[in-house]
Amino acid sequence: MSHHILEVKELSYSYPDGTPALSGIDVTIHHGESVGLVGANGAGKSTLLQHLCGSHLPQTGRVRVGDVPVTHGTLREVRRTVGMVFQDPDDMLFMPTVAEDVAFGPLNIGLPPDEAERRVNEALELVGAAHLKRRPPYRLSGGEKRSVAIAAVLACSPDILVMDEPSANLDPRSRRLLIKLLRGFTHTKVIATHDLDLVFDLCERTIVLHQGRVMADGPTADIFTDSSLLYCCGLEPPLSLQPREGCTAS
Amino acid sequence: MSIENALLELRRLDDLAHQDTPLHRLDARAKVLATVLFLVSMLSLGRYEVARLLPFAAFPWLLATLGGVPLSLLLRRAALALPFVLMVGIFNPLFDRTVQLHLGPLAVTGGMLSFSSILLRSMLAVTTGLALVAVTGFDNICRALGRLGMPSLFLVQLQFLYRYIFVLVEEAGRMMHARALRCGAATRPSLREYRSLLGSLLLRTLDRAGRVHQAMLCRGFSGTMPEYGMPTRFGRAELRFCLACGLYLLAVRIFDLPLLLGGMAGGLFR
Repeated sequence: MSHHILEVKELSYSYPDGTPALSGIDVTIHHGESVGLVGANGAGKSTLLQHLCGSHLPQTGRVRVGDVPVTHGTLREVRRTVGMVFQDPDDMLFMPTVAEDVAFGPLNIGLPPDEAERRVNEALELVGAAHLKRRPPYRLSGGEKRSVAIAAVLACSPDILVMDEPSANLDPRSRRLLIKLLRGFTHTKVIATHDLDLVFDLCERTIVLHQGRVMADGPTADIFTDSSLLYCCGLEPPLSLQPREGCTAS
Repeated sequence: MSIENALLELRRLDDLAHQDTPLHRLDARAKVLATVLFLVSMLSLGRYEVARLLPFAAFPWLLATLGGVPLSLLLRRAALALPFVLMVGIFNPLFDRTVQLHLGPLAVTGGMLSFSSILLRSMLAVTTGLALVAVTGFDNICRALGRLGMPSLFLVQLQFLYRYIFVLVEEAGRMMHARALRCGAATRPSLREYRSLLGSLLLRTLDRAGRVHQAMLCRGFSGTMPEYGMPTRFGRAELRFCLACGLYLLAVRIFDLPLLLGGMAGGLFR
């Protein structure tokens, strides 16, 4: 199944003002893998994700989605394979109702209206948001917006799900529901986040980025127990692995 | 009115558009066409015509009554436009002092007439626009405009304006709140502060616009907004509505209804 492989080779990227964002990134993600992408603020996580969905094109090096190199001419194909869930769901929900938002992708692919409708129902059902179908997006809570944003991507039937900070701004219950939902997906998943506990729950493999370079790439359990590596990259072990004293009344 | 309240009122109009009345069920194109005819016929009256504008008020009243829209809500929302209208017409009474008619001892100048006319026209136009949104829904209006031939580029702009006005107002509300917490809620921002607040809001908006565009591209956007669901039909009910509105609007545009009614009333008492 080579078409589900994400391959990043010698990728470097600098912002227009010259600030280097990525330098010499080498990563290969295989079919069905669930990979956490962690790093401090400014480590290059979002920039790397934007390369995976073709929002940025490589300046040096290359990115391949399956057999297709990510270039200007292949963006349409790449974006059908890679579904990107943005950090702020408000960026993704721009149509008057939830149903129209979820149907936006399928209709753009050129699916007939009844097939698009079927996909809308399936995707909303899958994320447990079928009851929100006729609601305008600005009337949804943060957790509901996130679920609908994920449904909007799932409706396009991508093979690879790329997510930027999926648990940001969610309350604990919504976060727990999100983890349960994502665990049920069989897609290849790349999750960039500061929520190391979420990575611990969902991803068997973790890539640590620091100042635009890959500092570590391996099993999540090994990486998250290597405190010196995490501290060196501006991170800390997940809360679930940290001893806590708790707050006592004086 | 605070930013948050303005947002709530705007949402209320949107809620009203989800009602189920015969007027709501009409194809949006019929209501848009009738409104365009209303605007053209009303705005093409002469600048000193004030009395002839009055029969035009029947159209927004009809939309509001048939569509179950509280008139008070429309008038409250329309009042927000008053300062701008006043700015436009405030100097007319000063510049145009030709006496046009006498109301008993009061000499009414051309400036006073044209100022009243501007005020009335604006209120009628804004109220009708708001009533149209409340009985049709903004997205349906956009769709109707598209089906009536409006270029997709303008249509997308309109749809986005309406969708993101909520996000933008929330963002502006947060900025104003943060400012108020740091310098006392009672003081209004100075012009200088407004400048930097607006500048910052513009930059945030540009940032968001870039992200929204990327999100659209990621889901296959190629310049045209896809249409979801089965389009409604322009049937007999729509034709009847357009004919009824059209005939009334043409009648009040061609004939001076207040003068005719006045003449008839005068005849009765003679």
